Amino acid sequence: MNQNQTTRLIIVAVGGQGNLLASRVIGEAALASNVPVRMSEIHGMAQRGGVVESAIVFGNAESTIISDGEADILVGFEPLETLRALNKCNPQTLVITNLSPLSPATVSAGKSVYPGLKEIQRLIREKTAKLIAFDAAALAKEAGSVLSVNMVLVGAMIQTGVLPLTAESVKEIIRTKTKERFVDVNLAAFELGFSKADASS
Amino acid sequence: MTHKLLTDGPGEKMMLLGNEAIARGAVEAGVAFASTYPGTPSSEISLNLFQISKQTDLYFEYSTNEKVALEVSAAAANAGVRAMCIMKHVGVNVAADVLMTLAYIGVKGGLVILTADDPFMFSSQNEQDNRYYAKLSGLPMLEPSSVAEAKEMVPRAFDLSEKLGEPVLLRTTTRINHSTGIVSFGQVQTPQTRGDFTKDPFNYVCVPAVSRKLHVRLLENMDRAEELAAASEFNFVEGDGTWGVICNGVSYSYVADAVQDLDIGDRTRVLRIGFSHPVPGSLIKDFLKACDKVLVVEEGEPYMEEAVKAFAQEAGLTLPVRGKDKDLFSRLYEFDPALVRGAMARFFGVPYSPPVTPDLSDLPELPQRPPNLCAGCSHRATYYAVKKAAEGSDTIYPSDIGCYTLGFLPPLSMADFVVCMGASVGAACGFSKVTDKKVVAFIGDSTFFHSGMAGLVNAVFNNHNFTLVILDNSTTAMTGHQPHPGVDMTDMNMDGYGRVSIEAVVRAIGAPHVTVIKPFKVKKSIEAVREALEFKGVSVIISREACTLYAKSLNRLNSRAFYVSDKCRHDRGCLDDLGCPAFYLRNEQVMIDPDLCVGCAVCAQLCPENAILPLKA
Ligand code: SF4
Ligand code: SF4
Repeated sequence: MNQNQTTRLIIVAVGGQGNLLASRVIGEAALASNVPVRMSEIHGMAQRGGVVESAIVFGNAESTIISDGEADILVGFEPLETLRALNKCNPQTLVITNLSPLSPATVSAGKSVYPGLKEIQRLIREKTAKLIAFDAAALAKEAGSVLSVNMVLVGAMIQTGVLPLTAESVKEIIRTKTKERFVDVNLAAFELGFSKADASS
Repeated sequence: MTHKLLTDGPGEKMMLLGNEAIARGAVEAGVAFASTYPGTPSSEISLNLFQISKQTDLYFEYSTNEKVALEVSAAAANAGVRAMCIMKHVGVNVAADVLMTLAYIGVKGGLVILTADDPFMFSSQNEQDNRYYAKLSGLPMLEPSSVAEAKEMVPRAFDLSEKLGEPVLLRTTTRINHSTGIVSFGQVQTPQTRGDFTKDPFNYVCVPAVSRKLHVRLLENMDRAEELAAASEFNFVEGDGTWGVICNGVSYSYVADAVQDLDIGDRTRVLRIGFSHPVPGSLIKDFLKACDKVLVVEEGEPYMEEAVKAFAQEAGLTLPVRGKDKDLFSRLYEFDPALVRGAMARFFGVPYSPPVTPDLSDLPELPQRPPNLCAGCSHRATYYAVKKAAEGSDTIYPSDIGCYTLGFLPPLSMADFVVCMGASVGAACGFSKVTDKKVVAFIGDSTFFHSGMAGLVNAVFNNHNFTLVILDNSTTAMTGHQPHPGVDMTDMNMDGYGRVSIEAVVRAIGAPHVTVIKPFKVKKSIEAVREALEFKGVSVIISREACTLYAKSLNRLNSRAFYVSDKCRHDRGCLDDLGCPAFYLRNEQVMIDPDLCVGCAVCAQLCPENAILPLKA
C-alpha cells in the first residue's frame, strides 16, 4: 500500500443508513494510521430519505470530491443507488453493493418500477472491473442489529485491500469511537462483511 | 464530558468537519459572544458553539432571524467583546440592512460574520455569490480553501477586524463546511466576556450628517484593507512559470491537483486569493506582468475575473484573461477536479484525456429518490386535512422554507409558490387580492418567528382574505432541530429562557379567526380547516404536533406500528393521498413496514374499510 498514491472511495446510501458513521470510522482509521485523508459529504435536505453520497480521498491530493469516472472503489448501501452512481466509475473500478433494496416512494406507490436485482448486478459487472454483491442487511441482522449495515460494508471494503488501511486499525476505531453499547454488534458486523467479501473474491 | 473542540492540546490533530474546524477557530480566537439563525450549510458551526456555551463563559444565542442576530452581535462587538455571527448565504440578505450601515459604524471588539454559500444549491433556494456583499458593503472578506485553513482563518479574521475597526466577512462554500479533514489544534485564547460602551453619538448615531463623515472613514479603511490584502499570507503565489492561474476557495484545491496531474508545475504560476475583498490591485498587477496568459478559476460569478481585467487595463496589459466562458467555466453550480483539470488543459494547450466513464445509455430508467417527509410526520397529516377540506375548490398554496417544503411533490402536491423565508404570508396577500382562487399559505413555527409575523400584520391591517396554516412542530426541524422562541426549553433541560406563544402572538396581531388543531385527529382537523376556509378575511390555523423525528430522538415517541388487515379493499386512498413512506406494495397489496411506521394512526383514520389496525403489543 503506497500511502502517497491517491485512492478514491465513493459511498452512496439512502439517508438514515449510517453512511456518515461509516466514513467517519474510515477517516479516523486513516488519521490513526498516518494516511492523508480528506472527505466530503452532503448534509441537510438530502438526509430526509434522499440519496446521500460521501467521497473519501486517501493520499496525495487536495480535493475532497471525486469527479465522474474517477472512483477506484464504489460502495453502495442500496442496490438501486449503487447502479445510479455508476457514472462515478470507470472500467477499473471495484464495486461493492448491498443487495437489500429500499423502495423509493414512487416505487412503493406503484408509480415506477424497481429494476430487478439480477439486472442491476449484470449492468454493474458489465461496466466495471469487479462486483462484490451480497445481502448486507441479512448479515447486519445476524450481527445483532439491522442498523449495522454500514459496518458490514466497511468490513467488506477493507477486505478488498484497495484502501490503504488495515483491518486492525479500523477495528480499533470501532472499539474506541463508536457508541459503547453498539461496539460488539459493530465489530461482529465488520467481521461478517469482511468474511463475505473474502468468500466472494 | 468536555466538548472535543475545547481540548487544550496545541499541536493535537483531530478529524474535523469544516464547520467544527470553524467553531474550533472561534474557540482559539477567544470568541466571547455568538449569535445565529440556523441554515444549511452553516448549521453545525452554531450547534457546536451552542454546546460549547453550556461548558464555558461563551454567550451563544439562536436569534429570531439573521438581521436580529447581526444587530445583537454588532452591539456586543461595539462594547468591546469578540463576537461571531453565523448564517447561510441567503441569511445575509435578511441581515443586509444592518450590514451596510454597520460598515460605516465599524466595531471595537472583533466581529466576524460567517456567510456559508451553497453553490449547486444542495439545501438552498438560490446560489447567490456573497462575495458581492463584501464589495457592496466595503467590508474585508476572507475565504478558506480547506478545512484546516478554515480553522486558521478565524483567529486571523478577528485580528483583522480589530486592526481595521470593521466587521470581517468570512465566506465559505458547502464544500468547506461539509468536508472533513485533519486539523491541528492551536493555542486557545481566554475570552474577554464583559465589555463596556462609551457614548459617542457623532460616531454611532447614523443620521445623515454623521453618516457622511463615516462613509469617508469607511473608504479610508478600505484603502488600508487593500494594503493588508496585498501583503496578506492568504494571498500567495506558487510556481514561477508564465501560465497564470488565479483562484479562490475550494477551486484552489482542484487547481493544485490539476497542476500535479497535468504535470505542468514548471510552467504555471498560481495566485491563490484568500483575502478577496478589497481585491489587492498591486499584487494582481505584479502577477499579470509575469504571465503570458491568465485563467481565473472561481465558482459562481466572475467576481475576481472582472477585477483582474480592470487591473490589467489600468496597467496597460493586453494578455488574455479568461474565466467564465462557454468553453471554460460556467457561473452555474459547483466545480469538480476533472472539470478544472479539463479547462486548464484546454486553456493552456496541454494534451489531456478526460476520465473514462462507462456507457450508461442501456440503463433502464431509474426511479428517482427525492427526499421525503418522514413516516408519521405531522406536516403530512396537516396537508391531508387541508387537501380534504379544500376538495372541490380551486386553490393556491404559497409555502415557505422548511421540511414542509418537501410536501410540494406528489402525492401531496401542497406547495405552489416558494421564494424565501417568510414569503408565504406576503405572497398569500397578493394572490388573494388579484385572483378568485382560495389561497391557503403554509409556514413553519420557526419561520413564522423569523419573518412571517410582519406578513400577518400586513394581512390583518389590509384586510386580506386567505387562510394561514402555521405548522407548529416545536422545533426548527430541517436544519437539525434547533430551538426557536416558541419552544419550551425546559424540555431540553435548559433553564433561563422565556417562551413566546404563537397562539398569543396571532391573537394579539388581531387575526379575526384563529383555530388550533391536532393534525393526527383527522376528522376534527378537516372540519376546523373547512370552517377556516369558509371565513371571509384572515383565518389562521395553528397545527400543533411535535416533529416525529425529534420526538423519537428524545425518546418521546410511543410508537406502535400499524398493519393492513385482510379487510383491505384496495381503495388505495392511503397510498394515493397520503403517501407515507412506511407504505409499500407487495403483489399489488398495500403493506406497512413495521420498522418505519411510528403509529401516528392517520392512515387508519382515513381508510374507508377500517382495515388498518395497530399491531398487537
Ligand atoms: S424531521 Fe420532523 S418535520 Fe422534518 S420531515 Fe421529519 S418528522 Fe417531519
Ligand atoms: S400509522 Fe400510517 S401514516 Fe402513520 S406512520 Fe404508520 S403507516 Fe404512516
